[in-house]
Amino acid sequence: MSLETRVYQKERTIKFATLLKASLGDMYHSRFLARQLAERDIKAQYRQSYLGVIWAFVTPLATAAVWIFLSSSGTVSLSDTGVPYPVYVFSGTLIWSIIVASINSPMQSTQAAKGILTKINFPKEALLLSGIYKLLFDSSIKIVLLVLFVFMYGVGFHWSLLLFPIAMLGAILFGTTLGLFITPMGLLYKDISKIIAFGMQFLMYVTPVVYAIPKTGIMKTLMSWNPITPIVLTARDLVVGFTPEYLNYFCVVMAVCIPLLFLGLIIYRISIPIIVERLSA
Amino acid sequence: MSENKPNTIEKEVLVKVEGLSKKFCKDLKTSLWYGVKDLLSGVRGSSEERELRPKEFWAIKDINFELKRGECLGLIGHNGAGKSTLLKILNGLINPDAGKVTIKGRVGALIELGAGFNPILSGRENIYNNGAILGFSRKDIDAKLDKIIAFAELEEFIDMPVQHYSSGMKVRLGFAVAAQMEPDVLIVDEVLAVGDLGFVLKCFKTIDTILPNTAIIFVSHNMPMVSRICNQIILMEHGCTQFQGQDVGKAIDLYYTRFSNNENSVVYDDGVLVLEEINILDSNLKKKKEPTLKWKEDLQFYFRFKIIEKLKQPPTFKIIIFDIEQRPVAVFEENTETSNILYTDSSIEFIITHRQVQLTKGIYSINLLVANGPIASPILRLNDVIKFQVFHEKDIWSPFLLSSEFSIPK
Repeated sequence: MSLETRVYQKERTIKFATLLKASLGDMYHSRFLARQLAERDIKAQYRQSYLGVIWAFVTPLATAAVWIFLSSSGTVSLSDTGVPYPVYVFSGTLIWSIIVASINSPMQSTQAAKGILTKINFPKEALLLSGIYKLLFDSSIKIVLLVLFVFMYGVGFHWSLLLFPIAMLGAILFGTTLGLFITPMGLLYKDISKIIAFGMQFLMYVTPVVYAIPKTGIMKTLMSWNPITPIVLTARDLVVGFTPEYLNYFCVVMAVCIPLLFLGLIIYRISIPIIVERLSA
Repeated sequence: MSENKPNTIEKEVLVKVEGLSKKFCKDLKTSLWYGVKDLLSGVRGSSEERELRPKEFWAIKDINFELKRGECLGLIGHNGAGKSTLLKILNGLINPDAGKVTIKGRVGALIELGAGFNPILSGRENIYNNGAILGFSRKDIDAKLDKIIAFAELEEFIDMPVQHYSSGMKVRLGFAVAAQMEPDVLIVDEVLAVGDLGFVLKCFKTIDTILPNTAIIFVSHNMPMVSRICNQIILMEHGCTQFQGQDVGKAIDLYYTRFSNNENSVVYDDGVLVLEEINILDSNLKKKKEPTLKWKEDLQFYFRFKIIEKLKQPPTFKIIIFDIEQRPVAVFEENTETSNILYTDSSIEFIITHRQVQLTKGIYSINLLVANGPIASPILRLNDVIKFQVFHEKDIWSPFLLSSEFSIPK
């Protein structure tokens, strides 16, 4: 009968590789817990609300509606995108909302679990995983709506639409990686989450979410270098059936994200005890 | 015929703590800044000795102990002594600043019973949640679901949202889930203070059942409980170990001593008498150095009053004994006309004796009431004139431990 042995001491005598294995192992073992936490939060969110699930996509829908109106009424003149504008805008805001949600997810999930973090020992990766489950739930609702839009505006079905979930997963990967790095500091200082919320609003304007990349000028440079650009563009191109032009950049971003994700997981794992003692709960 | 061999299987050490220390910061903003610095050094991995930075203090310093399966360690101390911090480190929630903790086996903690309960969901859904947090899989919980509901006695309300549960119901549900866990190491933090008598009895029964297979660490302020369950004890004082060993009784005595103080209060004073001296005496009628005595020793007090105003008749003295929880437990017989009291023009002196006092272990205080006249109207009332402590091995809830003799009827 072998018993699991745990050693707690101040020096981190474990190497990165062991930590990473432990982190991924814990994430795998905590699938049930993560699902429970996600189910619990989703149910609690929608149980007391009449409109319920609609709130999941109200923001991207509203932003899209505003821009469609601005464009069709001639208040703002935008370059031709090759696709019916409502589909263009809505697919953009949808992917953008998924990216923003996945950046905020690690920090929000950890913040919400303050109560149990300070009292019970459980694999913390379950919090991250439950955040991802919630993201997937919300995103699947949004995809249904997007597909509706696609058919409503006559873009029609393209085989590449089936690859769209991959782009979405890429978006989630990117957002989660970023989110993991800001979580430790973000839990200590509230400024960080405010800066992120603030910053993301600006960032939306240097990403081809509601308008296309201009042919020349400083915006072209900014938007071309922006790592979020290929994610948004690839996703949209897959939906409407164009060949994704930024595919190379997209693959580069994804390839860079994976080791960074692992690093983020290790940092998260190391920093949780340090943060738990400073948290007030 | 083989003789009875003693059980020589060496019980393994499940919890080993060596030189454990932890510091905290007093000020919030500084604490957050130190948090940032700790994050950086945590990621980089430094192995320097940690000293106290400004505004920090040692919450626990240099704690050492070992715990085997079947042993129960009691952790007692004043509020703020560091007990909960020690438990959090044992539970893996925070990192130590020095020293090492080695724990084998599954750890169960009853630190807060409602942890993880979401008020909007029903009791049944929360059982699955709580069980998942404690490390059970869905299959495990399915198998134990009925036992948990039966233990908590919540069959009727299990599908009602938890926000409508009374606090007793919540506590029963939380304990039911944790109790089914069958851990190797169980950590209990003052959770038994909440809950009605039925719940407390159930907890005791559960702890008794699992004790042979578990190492238990028990934190409480309830000394009779500690005395009953624990076979090892650590008394903490401001983060350090004040007493450690197997003599649970002695540690509890030390704990009580810390809280005794010598303030008295005047409730009523006619100005007729002044209490000048009161002492507790030993068997040679000399003043005791420490106001302590053993169970079944003679309890003797010396009183001396100064007379301010002459009294027409001798007053009656009523001496009442209160225990540490301010319950009156005994009163001395009052004096009569034939009692031996020395009256002079300016003073009253006497020694009052009770043979072989059988008060249980604890700290007691004396209230004094002096009355006079045909209807015994009070002329002097003082509370807390002296405190004394009775020593005995066992801490018992009742105020008296009566010596008893057993004999067989003819």
